[in-house]
Amino acid sequence: MNALLQHSSPHGTPQNNVTRMMLQVLLALVPGIIAMIWYFGWGVLINILLSCSAAVFFEALVLKWRKRPLQPALSDLSAIVTAVLLGIAIPPLLPWWITLIGIAFAIIIVKQLYGGLGYNPFNPAMAAYALLLVSYPIQMTSWLPPEMLTDVHLSFSQSLSAIFSGILPAGLSWDAISMATPLDDMRTQLGQSNMISEIRQSPLWGDYGGRGWEWVANWYFLGGLYLLYKRVISWHIPVSMLASLALFGLIFFSLDPQSHPVPLFHLFSGGAMLGAFFIATDPVTACTTRKGQLIYGACIGALIYIIRSWGGFPDAVAFAVLLMNMAAPTIDYYTRPRTFGHAERERD
Amino acid sequence: MSFSNNLHHPQRLWHFHGGLHLEECKALSNGTEIRPMPAPEKLYIPLAQHIGGPAEAMVSIGETVLSGQKIGRAQGYISAPVHASSSGRVIDIGDYPVPHPSGLSAPCIVIQTDGEDRWPQPPASENYSSLQSGELRERIREAGIAGLGGALFPTSVKLNAGPEHKISTLIINAVECEPYISSDDRLMREQSADIINGIRILMHMLKPERCLLAIEDNKPQALDIMRQAVSESGLKQCLVCKIPTLYPSGGEKQLIRILTGKEVPWNGLPANIGILVQNVATVAAIAQAILQHRPLLSRIVTLTGQGIAKPGNYEVRIGTPLSDLIAFAGGYQQPPERLIMGGPMMGFTLHNDAVPITKGSNCIIATGRDELPEAVDALACTRCGQCERVCPAQLLPQQLYWYARARDMDKIQDYNLFDCIECGCCAHVCPSHIPLVQYYRFAKNEIWAKEEDKRKSDRARERHQAREARLARLEQQRKSRLRRKKEALNKKPGNKTADPKKTAIEAAMKRVAEKKKNRPATAANTQNLSADQEKQIQQANARRQATTEDPPA
Ligand code: SF4
Ligand code: SF4
Repeated sequence: MNALLQHSSPHGTPQNNVTRMMLQVLLALVPGIIAMIWYFGWGVLINILLSCSAAVFFEALVLKWRKRPLQPALSDLSAIVTAVLLGIAIPPLLPWWITLIGIAFAIIIVKQLYGGLGYNPFNPAMAAYALLLVSYPIQMTSWLPPEMLTDVHLSFSQSLSAIFSGILPAGLSWDAISMATPLDDMRTQLGQSNMISEIRQSPLWGDYGGRGWEWVANWYFLGGLYLLYKRVISWHIPVSMLASLALFGLIFFSLDPQSHPVPLFHLFSGGAMLGAFFIATDPVTACTTRKGQLIYGACIGALIYIIRSWGGFPDAVAFAVLLMNMAAPTIDYYTRPRTFGHAERERD
Repeated sequence: MSFSNNLHHPQRLWHFHGGLHLEECKALSNGTEIRPMPAPEKLYIPLAQHIGGPAEAMVSIGETVLSGQKIGRAQGYISAPVHASSSGRVIDIGDYPVPHPSGLSAPCIVIQTDGEDRWPQPPASENYSSLQSGELRERIREAGIAGLGGALFPTSVKLNAGPEHKISTLIINAVECEPYISSDDRLMREQSADIINGIRILMHMLKPERCLLAIEDNKPQALDIMRQAVSESGLKQCLVCKIPTLYPSGGEKQLIRILTGKEVPWNGLPANIGILVQNVATVAAIAQAILQHRPLLSRIVTLTGQGIAKPGNYEVRIGTPLSDLIAFAGGYQQPPERLIMGGPMMGFTLHNDAVPITKGSNCIIATGRDELPEAVDALACTRCGQCERVCPAQLLPQQLYWYARARDMDKIQDYNLFDCIECGCCAHVCPSHIPLVQYYRFAKNEIWAKEEDKRKSDRARERHQAREARLARLEQQRKSRLRRKKEALNKKPGNKTADPKKTAIEAAMKRVAEKKKNRPATAANTQNLSADQEKQIQQANARRQATTEDPPA
């Protein structure tokens, strides 16, 4: 008879694959991205497209250089996910070369130099974001106001020229069109000892977060629920992270409601929602044990609150995630689950 | 949570961690009756069909044998004899291919059958209930019965839990959780009387408080038939338990957990917590051995897969070449790509069909085109944790994989590699398509090989400690036994005048003499193994697990 195939059990191909999981992540991001384009203009889309093409380019470059096959690494879509996450984290009209620097750093240094997908200790998108924030603080904090707060709506080509040549349509200046994010605003004003009740008078504010911003967060939240439903992520990290952020918010809010915003403000501002479902849950860099994930998420929530309230930067998701990336292996080690048939905590 | 599966005795069920809902593929084979296959022209009967020492041939070339005649005697305590599964003439004793992942050859007795299936005069039947459990165990041993679920551990050894372990719960495993396999399902539907008789015999031997027969809810007919059979049997302490279909519920430790909520300690046996599990087909074989004096000569084999013309269950004599069985089943439907012995989750691929059916061959799958396609493109581990979610042993498969790749054999044991039951759940869900189980087997083999040389790894130390503890326990037991004997002697009124000490010594000496006389025949206690026997078990285990697959790159 013919030579039969030899294979080790189990037999049959798993239903799931990495590409499919990454696709689901991308799909889950779509509503939030549409909302961002709606509120902040075409710049968001241009950033995403720019960073994606750059990511594919750099990934291919390094693979070539490392003499690795291109196809599997590129088709797993992990570089695209990194690029999209960075693309939506940066201000909509960020000069193109800053985006490129960020992507190059994320893909070449943070991901590929450590050995590629699965080996990187730090979340590439967040590492790049942190680098850019530290290196280009002015550009990285000039956001656009949401569409309801401004009369200036740049067209696609105007956004394109703003990003690639820095030229704004006649009669507009960068100062005139840019605006701080609500978190930034809250920080600055609290720094000037203004009361929360005064700060909240500004038209910048919606129901519990910044206008426009809170809706973007809502849509990311929805995407996160989809990922939970599809079992791409488990609930442990998002729930513990948001719960601890809210808890910290609640404690300080109840101590002094005039100098601390309501807890919901923290959940629906900045990158908290995006971070909880899409960034902190990056499996490669997060904790992998169940208990570890609860600790990991809770610590990120706490760090976000601490850095937002007392740190040097208005938003803190990137720094909190990176700090906890470092702690993840240790947390994993000490939270190993009890093996079946073993007594609890039986270690030599 | 609890499921009420019997109006009179609601049986509470527990969960184990993880597990998988798999595509069952049982309909391919479970719709038709078991077809008995006549004796083939030649039988290739391997001497090693069980865990433990291989049997030793006790016939010579040219000798005529009868059906059921013992042709290989058990060697050592953990061993089992083999029998001629039909009458004929021994034409060779030598190495022939056997079903093993490595495709190796092993010693077999080859019988040219005469087509007459001649049996010796059956011995006069007697009532087994007059026999002691030791005698019954000996008969089971002589019948060559080993765990027919595929584990192949000699049944008589497993039944001898030792006096210090009172078996309170007897579990009959009819879960059959692997896809494709339906031999136990058909057995229950067609031969429930044998199963009931087997349960009766085991209840007589072990005197458990209760007996639980576990069947997955994907076998409604078998459930109905067994419930009816149990209620008609009048076995009061016996209960049929319907358990939810979830792979690997049929794993011994998982099943115990489901039915009793208890976990078998990692370094112990079910007997340590008063439980004994027997596969349902083994139970039927016990009934045949005791009631009909019929040793284990045949078994029910599920022959299935899209590559087979007439998939179904066949009653096949041990030693029948697989190619003959497939021809009997109408031949191949299409040229098979793979032959899998066992289920798709834990079975292994055969190199060809020129191997005999053995006691452990519960299922053979000839895969058709696109059936169970094997993954080829492994990517890096993303630490997604899917594997951990499904691992019934509550391990961290991704960490085990990491250390297996790094060849860090200390760390991997730290993460309890040896608690991995190789169920394949982790690999089945891994989005990166990493052949995880292959890595674990590789690491286990690596460690066993190292242990063989140095015997100084963690595991060896643990074993040593366990042994020390066991010896201490035995000493304790011996002492307390002596004490009890003494007390008993003191109490006997007739002995009042005799010197109790002297009587005790005399009694002990008599016991020793008797023991000596009986030693070759009487089965020792599993807990009472000599160093040699211990080593034998280990080696057997190693062999069982050993594959010749290349270490995964
Ligand atoms: S399922 Fe595969 S990729 Fe995911 S953590 Fe486990 S081994 Fe890694
Ligand atoms: S094969 Fe081992 S590690 Fe994988 S799921 Fe089964 S017990 Fe867990």
